[in-house]
Amino acid sequence: MTGAQIAAAARRQTTVIPRASRGDTWAGRLFQALMFAAIGLAFLGLGAIIYDFARDGAAVVTWEFITRFPSRVVPDRAGIQSAIVGTVYLMLICAVLVIPLGVMTAVYLEEYADANRWYNRLIEVNIQNLAGVPSVVYGILGLAFIVRGPLGMGPVLLAGGITLTLLVLPVVIIVAREAIRAVPSSIREGSLALGATHWQTIWKQVLPGSIAGIATGVILALSRAIGETAPLLVVGAGVSLRFNPEGLDSSFTALPIQIFAWTQDPNQAFVARAAGAICVLMVILLAMNSVAIWLRNRYEQKW
Amino acid sequence: MAEPRLAASSGAQGVRVDLTRTPTARSRFEGGIRIALFAAAALSVVVTLLIVGSLLFETIEFLGEVPVGDYLFGTKWSPTFAGEQQSFGVLPLVWGTIYLTLIALAVAIPLGLLCAVYLSEYAPRRVRKVVKPVLEVLAGVPTIVFGYFALTFFTPDVLQDALGIGVGVFNGLSAGIIMGLLVLPTIASVAEDAMSAVPASLREGAFGLGASKLQVSLRIVFPAALSGIVAALILGASRAIGETVLVLVAGGQTPNLGLNPTESYQTMAAFIAAQARGDIPTGSVEFLTIFAVGFTLFAMTLLLNAVSIRLVRRYRQVYE
Repeated sequence: MTGAQIAAAARRQTTVIPRASRGDTWAGRLFQALMFAAIGLAFLGLGAIIYDFARDGAAVVTWEFITRFPSRVVPDRAGIQSAIVGTVYLMLICAVLVIPLGVMTAVYLEEYADANRWYNRLIEVNIQNLAGVPSVVYGILGLAFIVRGPLGMGPVLLAGGITLTLLVLPVVIIVAREAIRAVPSSIREGSLALGATHWQTIWKQVLPGSIAGIATGVILALSRAIGETAPLLVVGAGVSLRFNPEGLDSSFTALPIQIFAWTQDPNQAFVARAAGAICVLMVILLAMNSVAIWLRNRYEQKW
Repeated sequence: MAEPRLAASSGAQGVRVDLTRTPTARSRFEGGIRIALFAAAALSVVVTLLIVGSLLFETIEFLGEVPVGDYLFGTKWSPTFAGEQQSFGVLPLVWGTIYLTLIALAVAIPLGLLCAVYLSEYAPRRVRKVVKPVLEVLAGVPTIVFGYFALTFFTPDVLQDALGIGVGVFNGLSAGIIMGLLVLPTIASVAEDAMSAVPASLREGAFGLGASKLQVSLRIVFPAALSGIVAALILGASRAIGETVLVLVAGGQTPNLGLNPTESYQTMAAFIAAQARGDIPTGSVEFLTIFAVGFTLFAMTLLLNAVSIRLVRRYRQVYE
């Protein structure tokens, strides 16, 4: 091929620079508008939810409201002391049970389990499936095995606590596994090379290195647990109790249960009390989430 | 580390060395730890067995009293009525569940997917840092609060006053739409994960061929992430099907086989919570209905979750 021929061929090849057609830019703009609208609607929904309970509840929340016991007859005298105390106790029981169980399972799956064994695969798949079981079904489990049936505890605080523990256990396991997986293997290898045993490596290196992630996950799981209504309804939590639980075998109530009971009341003054209780519940959840975020930022290890 | 026991014995065949380790206190401790950890992990399997067991046995007992055909295909659900009026056809509950889930998905699928595309493909880093936490907060709001909102704000102020729709105090429309808001963060976050997992080289290739942002998002990334997106939708559906208090508070408690969204509907989950509250005696048919309906609900969500887990695993395998 001569130089002239090449030049002629090059001239024939017109470069096509695709310019966005007018229709295309319009479609692009329309799509952007749709996306902004979708995000706007999600924000609007959250804003409206907060506005709704804050508007109805602001007048209700006083120190008396927080410290008084519920009343079935006089809305103005109805408080939520027993519900707050019940929720705090449930959270403590849940924490005591779910932290060791969840972390131990996560350590087993990440550090010990051979993923080729059928029983380890079974445990993994099983946890994924448990995470998707509706909360009301955990309530049925609590009713059939803990409240009645084999354990036969009756509708007591411990029964509610165990039910919520089983409900959030998969969440804690999944989060703890991610935190453990984030610890680089060089840390483990260094520890083992210095003569530490498998467990010493986990206890002294892996767990301290993943504690922030685990703690964050546990707090988020607990905040999910104390917001649950359905399993406690099924288990048989009390409504408008005029006493705090005295022990693990005492009847109990909780904030979501009290909120639910008040929304069902035909008296509008009681429905407003529900908004007040929602304000308190949301403040508790907000505080827990803030702690989780603070923990994550303060103690997160950068490897 | 335990020293290998050197039990050398010389014989005609030469020297034999026994290399088995003697268990030391430390190696026993390590073994004990391993067993304890395995026991904790195995507990989750026990939980599943207990769930299946508790549901299955009582359901079998229930089906001993009510024929399977009457339960699965009956169109009238009135388990608490007396005598002739009592009927155990679960179809109205199943339909209520499906119908409200469809309304919720009609809201959550377009909104959730648009949010996901925006977060994955369009949003500048700074905007992402604001939008993602807000969606997480929305996901963290307890469902009873959504129920309160639907009952005291969305039904009276939005549907009745602002839009002038003649809905009752309890209605499927309000419960369904607010349920859509409830599952929106789930769909958005799982779908966004799937789209973010699509390798940048696919996008760059398309941009290099002159595709616009919109074309890349909808014709390259969206189809490439399709299995993850379908998983997100199924997960959203499964959450909606299992949702209890929101429906109980805002949707009412009327089993309904109709199509009118302004009427009250009852779902399977809401029925369980409503029924279990009363002091029904153990072993009565009314008590057993909780388990039969619970088993139906569990089977439906289990099926959906299994499909969604499979789909997520598939896109992970392809791109990671």
